[in-house]
Amino acid sequence: MAATKPRIKIPESAKSGELIEVRTLITHVMETGNRKDREGKTIPRDIVNTFVATYAGREVFRAELGPGISANPFIAFWLKVPGPGTFEFAWTDDSGTTVVETLPLNVV
Amino acid sequence: MAVRTATYTLMNRRAFVLAAGAGGLALPSWLQAAETAPAPVMAPFMERTQQFQDALSALLAGATPIEGKILVELPEIAENGNFVPLTVSVESPMTDADYVKSIHILSTANPVARVGSFHLSPVNGLAKVQSRMRLAKTQDVVALALQSNGIVLIATAMVKVTIGGCAS
Repeated sequence: MAATKPRIKIPESAKSGELIEVRTLITHVMETGNRKDREGKTIPRDIVNTFVATYAGREVFRAELGPGISANPFIAFWLKVPGPGTFEFAWTDDSGTTVVETLPLNVV
Repeated sequence: MAVRTATYTLMNRRAFVLAAGAGGLALPSWLQAAETAPAPVMAPFMERTQQFQDALSALLAGATPIEGKILVELPEIAENGNFVPLTVSVESPMTDADYVKSIHILSTANPVARVGSFHLSPVNGLAKVQSRMRLAKTQDVVALALQSNGIVLIATAMVKVTIGGCAS
């Protein structure tokens, strides 16, 4: 199942050169591949394995996730605002599906 | 005709032991006096899965990691092994000349050792990442930071887990 409902938290506005925190969350079961269903069959692994954040067209953060990351993966990182721009966040899961969320940053 | 009557000396075990001891015989341990010293307290053995060791060697790529400048924030006791908040921060100027290229989280006892890898560059300004991890049981969590100057930093935090995360 694909990831759904991405939620992003960034400041309402920021100055160029300011250090801001970017908090991201997405709904995804992050199935480890170790659980068994009621019949005893192993539930196959299905996780968000890659998260990439770009800002103003360039990659600013990349994460490779394993099954040891909790369900509904929460990832927070920092950015020194290089200038005005729009964020693009992409979550890719084991099935190859990518969910993208864009969000502009109000740079004053 | 003479009737010979054999005489048996009834020897109890204690007498035998004493006699044997005096005679210099080595006795099996069950015959010897019991040791009454209390058993020593054993420190809990913090395991390191083979997968963890392989993942660590692969990431180190021959470098000798040094401790310091990297802080791993994890709760001392995790009530729920499914959601353990984690923060790793590295003291770094994050300039083009000196920055943290990547931060890696390794579990020493989960079925899969590599928990997450986070790639940074000077634009991040701060080498700090947060997430939530699964811990199958009480264990050490190891964080590695690979710097642009080739230095590898390492830090370890022990987390006691009350209820293990679902076979992560």
